[in-house]
Amino acid sequence: METEAVVIGAGHAGLAMSRRLTERSIEHVVLERGEVANSWRTQRWPGLRLLTPNWQTRLPGCGYAGDDPDGFMPVADVVAVLRRYARHVGAPVRTGVTVRTVRTASRGFEVQANDEVLYARAVVLATGACALPAIPAVAGAIPPSIMTLSPLTYHDPGQLPDGGVLVVGASASGVQLAAEIHRSGRPVTLAVGEHVRLPRSYRGRDVFWWLEATGLLAERYDQIDDLIRARHLPSPQLSGTPEAPLTDLNSLTAQGVRIVGRLGRVADGVAQFSGSLANTCALADLKMNRFLNRVDDWADTSGHGDELPPAHRFAPTRVDPDTPLELDLTTGEITTVLWATGFRPDYSWLAVPIRDRVGHIRHDGGVVTDAPGLYVLGLPVLRTRASTYIHGAADDSDALAAHLHSFLCSRRR
Amino acid sequence: MTITDRPVDNGVNVAALLGARDALSAAPEAAQFTWRASCTWRHGTHSHSNVSGFTGLGGEQQHRNTYEFDVDHPECFASEDNGATPVEFVLVGLVGCLTAGVAAVAQHRGIQLRSVNATIEGQMNILGILGADPDVRNGFEAITVRFAIDADASRDDIEALVAQSQKRSAVFDVVTNPTKVLVEVA
Repeated sequence: METEAVVIGAGHAGLAMSRRLTERSIEHVVLERGEVANSWRTQRWPGLRLLTPNWQTRLPGCGYAGDDPDGFMPVADVVAVLRRYARHVGAPVRTGVTVRTVRTASRGFEVQANDEVLYARAVVLATGACALPAIPAVAGAIPPSIMTLSPLTYHDPGQLPDGGVLVVGASASGVQLAAEIHRSGRPVTLAVGEHVRLPRSYRGRDVFWWLEATGLLAERYDQIDDLIRARHLPSPQLSGTPEAPLTDLNSLTAQGVRIVGRLGRVADGVAQFSGSLANTCALADLKMNRFLNRVDDWADTSGHGDELPPAHRFAPTRVDPDTPLELDLTTGEITTVLWATGFRPDYSWLAVPIRDRVGHIRHDGGVVTDAPGLYVLGLPVLRTRASTYIHGAADDSDALAAHLHSFLCSRRR
Repeated sequence: MTITDRPVDNGVNVAALLGARDALSAAPEAAQFTWRASCTWRHGTHSHSNVSGFTGLGGEQQHRNTYEFDVDHPECFASEDNGATPVEFVLVGLVGCLTAGVAAVAQHRGIQLRSVNATIEGQMNILGILGADPDVRNGFEAITVRFAIDADASRDDIEALVAQSQKRSAVFDVVTNPTKVLVEVA
């Protein structure tokens, strides 16, 4: 089969791209290994809600139309929204099609999927940033008696044995799961490395309202000082539950979760944690306050300052000076280790040599310059800081579809 | 921070450092460094160490001079006190690394330093090294560093300098995180 473009992945990014290609009358097909929104169906724990408020969960040509704009969508609703969107835009999705290989061919790309071969002049990789858990090498030294899992395999606390749980990583997944598991009666120890602390709301507005209003989410990838760092920043310590306004380390400590430093090594079954916890927390507090300063400056200069509740600052993160540096994993106190250490994309099927020495695709705002006609979408800070979130796909897909369109036109001549 | 007419100069060549970061990202093998010291026993607890060469940037490099260090223990340890103790060298390494970081980060952030002074203390229960109490570790129980910084910057900016210097410090990492150590007999 031959087509102009193949989009791989029918999540929010792939569907947004399909809509943009349809707008431009570009013939295409969307290949999906499972069903629409497959990762949301099969690789997200059911208690998860989006970090972004409903009003922000918008796709090209389709804003939030429900009656709870300030709420946070649970996973099941995200699946429903994406299914509805796929129908709404008439996306030519072929489900149950697993891509085996993508390689360059004489007139574009050869895509081997299931038992057939497709030829396309352009390919859009929209398989997502969270296909695989990024588990550190130290995992190999965890005693085999301990159950280990990642947010992709975690479902609910009932699947864990009784006993203590070591959650490694304090991004959004880590703090949410630490709280959820601790509430189930399993005492949680949370190993905290570099993290991003943000309040759920400030001066009466949701943090994502502020991120948008202050222009932070609109910052372009080519204007960001340290792009590598921006693309690898852990997700903020937020949860999509208005009932729990703070999911920071202080609130976890208050709930009884034990906070320790970054997990450095496991030697003879003993986990060793970094002594840098106090500085890691100080850095996160300083960074949060810089953001809040920016918010207050915006409120003052935009003239909205008087309508809003007054400025204030949150309590600094409390770090127990007697925080343990070691935890013996062989005593039976800890029965589960949960790796909330981030995710990475899976491009194992990609046979086009466009990856750097650590496996990341080299691209310029989603345009893979080393392989004309190839695009990548749905990665953190792909084109702006908003790219990390669902609504960012609207502008990103528009820009990349425009590029793809002119690429096809230039080849026709 | 205050904007002054005079350009900020802490004596750190930030452009060179940023250039090195870009160059080494493109040629990661040149970023692999090996630092070395050699040590000769003199007498009792006294030893003499020196550093002169190291490997990096794809080849062998030399310090401008050979630097020499006498290492010993104080008289209250029944030693001759011919030099600082090894644990004091660790403190010197940590505070020197953090201070270099403060200067470099200040330069990068356009903050003029007028003075930087630091004191560092490491608390240790020597029952550990004496083997008298198996529950006491050999090393420091805790280390405290106190910076006094006079600079054209707010207190928040100075705290951020110190926090960032810890984040990018090699010795801070060495001290706070486990490191694989292999000791062999030739």
